[in-house]
Amino acid sequence: MSTVVLLAVTGLGLGALYFLVAAGLSLIFGLMDVLNFAHGALLSVGAYGTWWAADGHLPGAGSGGLGFVLAVCFGTAVGTVAAVLLELALIRPLYDRPREQVLATVGVGLAVPALLSAIWGPDARPFPGPAALSGTFGLLGAHIPVNRLVLIGAAAAVLVALRLFLGGTRHGLVVRAGVEDRAMVTALGIDVRRAFTLVFAIGGAAAALGGALGGLYYGSVDPGQGTSLLIFAFVVVVMGGMGSVAGAALAAVGVGLVQQFANYYTASGLGDLAVVVLLAALLLLKPRGITGRLA
Amino acid sequence: MTTATPAREAATAADAAAPAGSLQRYGRWWPAAGLAALLAAPYSSLPLPGLLDGPIGSAGNLQLLALCLVFGALATGYDLLLGRTGLLSFGHALYFAAGSYATELIMVEAGLPFAVAAVLGLCCGIALAAALGSVALRVGGIAFSMVTLAFAQAGSILVERDPGGVTGGEEGRAIPADKLPGSLAGIGNTVNLYWIALAYLVLTLAVVHWAVNSPTGRVWEGIKENERRVEVLGLRPYGFKLVAFVLAGALAAVGGIVHLLLTGGATPQTTTSDFTLSLLVMVVLGGSGSRWGPLIGGVLYTWADHRLGDLAGSQTVSGLPSVLRVPLSQPLFLLGALFVVTVVALPGGLTRLPARLRPALTARQRKTAVRLRP
Repeated sequence: MSTVVLLAVTGLGLGALYFLVAAGLSLIFGLMDVLNFAHGALLSVGAYGTWWAADGHLPGAGSGGLGFVLAVCFGTAVGTVAAVLLELALIRPLYDRPREQVLATVGVGLAVPALLSAIWGPDARPFPGPAALSGTFGLLGAHIPVNRLVLIGAAAAVLVALRLFLGGTRHGLVVRAGVEDRAMVTALGIDVRRAFTLVFAIGGAAAALGGALGGLYYGSVDPGQGTSLLIFAFVVVVMGGMGSVAGAALAAVGVGLVQQFANYYTASGLGDLAVVVLLAALLLLKPRGITGRLA
Repeated sequence: MTTATPAREAATAADAAAPAGSLQRYGRWWPAAGLAALLAAPYSSLPLPGLLDGPIGSAGNLQLLALCLVFGALATGYDLLLGRTGLLSFGHALYFAAGSYATELIMVEAGLPFAVAAVLGLCCGIALAAALGSVALRVGGIAFSMVTLAFAQAGSILVERDPGGVTGGEEGRAIPADKLPGSLAGIGNTVNLYWIALAYLVLTLAVVHWAVNSPTGRVWEGIKENERRVEVLGLRPYGFKLVAFVLAGALAAVGGIVHLLLTGGATPQTTTSDFTLSLLVMVVLGGSGSRWGPLIGGVLYTWADHRLGDLAGSQTVSGLPSVLRVPLSQPLFLLGALFVVTVVALPGGLTRLPARLRPALTARQRKTAVRLRP
């Protein structure tokens, strides 16, 4: 029983991490038809920003208490700025060339991890976290690491915030309408391009937050972390339906749980394999499933 | 490198100086000149300072040149999908790795001679490409890209998890020297490997040229431009796309076999999605859909990947301030940045550069002429 509880909570934590990456990816694809291969790089930027701040480079930030919160905020802000810059500098000039947009993000996804490893070295760096989050707590006889709860809490908060934003604000309305039919929104005289930048900012912020908290989850940061998470985020996005935030949340939980349980109860690595094969199977069985629709 | 640089320099120089007629006359002959230079390379002791370390004909440089040729050819084969048929596959590494791993396994585990193992390895690559391609091509557009990515990722996970100790996990599989024919083993025989790489390049260029100009190639072009219209003409795009996919997969499998010989083993890095992405970078950098573009991109990428690291350690670079030195020490950063610049500012890649420079140059010449006239 305790093993099942531990696996379930850890799987939920992993799912939370996937959701933070996939939420932005899903919105960006739904609205702009851009498969953002640089999303993993944004996550790495957030992780390194947080690590840099918590390592004592930012005054006031540190590895404990409020200092760590400040470091996470700093990392998230850096990731958001990076995402906005990416949209303004590379995606915007290529609006009429969709394939080139994907290629440009591929280039950024290659260059940014290389730059990170040029500056801070290719090896993993230990991630400083508050002592309060490094312990475990007992639940139904299982010893569960506290940082999994932080991830789950953050993902839930992001989910609620996104739902409120999409459902309750004018900008959210434009984003939802844009996912539904971009040409019609433009025809109605609304500048969708502002929504593009906004969606990139939101996606970048969520991914960078995922990177900052992913550092807690893995206990270290390394340049390739984001890229290796990206493929599982793709699985989540496709399963959840492109452009659907609630769908991405459900799919993230499913993928995280399947991966944890399969990796533990069958051969190691089989869970990863199962998830990847699931992606292929889903796309083949439901080729129309990846049209953008907001649930 | 020998093919690309002189050729491009010659083209640019001819552009600047001569009118279009003489350019075309030169243009027709430069592939032959490039081939002659490549054939002469092993016998040359000419040093290319900066580009290569030591004389061209040394074993280390021949190895690097051969790698450049292999990747140039591999990119040319990949462009059959990307630039000729308009299929964005993220799983090309799988067929390369299939050729390389299957040949190694058959040769070492079944004890067959290399030639037989190579043929069987090629068959494995073709069978895999046919099986997975026939499934992946049922969907189109970005879904196709993701299905191929998923298949390649599954292959990559399998190779790294090392089921039953077959793939060697992260270590990969090395060929024991005594299993190879004597003329292909040892540093002294690097020149033979170079010939094989050159033969692979010529084979790939010939196959791609022939395929693109065949009736099937015309349909590929139609599919790339507008798939719906091809359907309206009464043709089924699926079969044509599958032919392109299998042909590109077969060329990649041959490349995997050549790479296996050249590096003395199969490594798991060749199965990763990063490997496919680097092929994508090569093709787009050089110029997708052109005859020489992918070759130029592949050669440039491979050379930069191997040589820029050495250059970064040299005296001139280590004296620079860290703002410049740190990015320069990472070839992948430079290549990624160059790739992004190419995508944004130079659609059509490096091969389009002379054509884009020509108007600017003629305008400047005209301006100078006007200024000189009074």
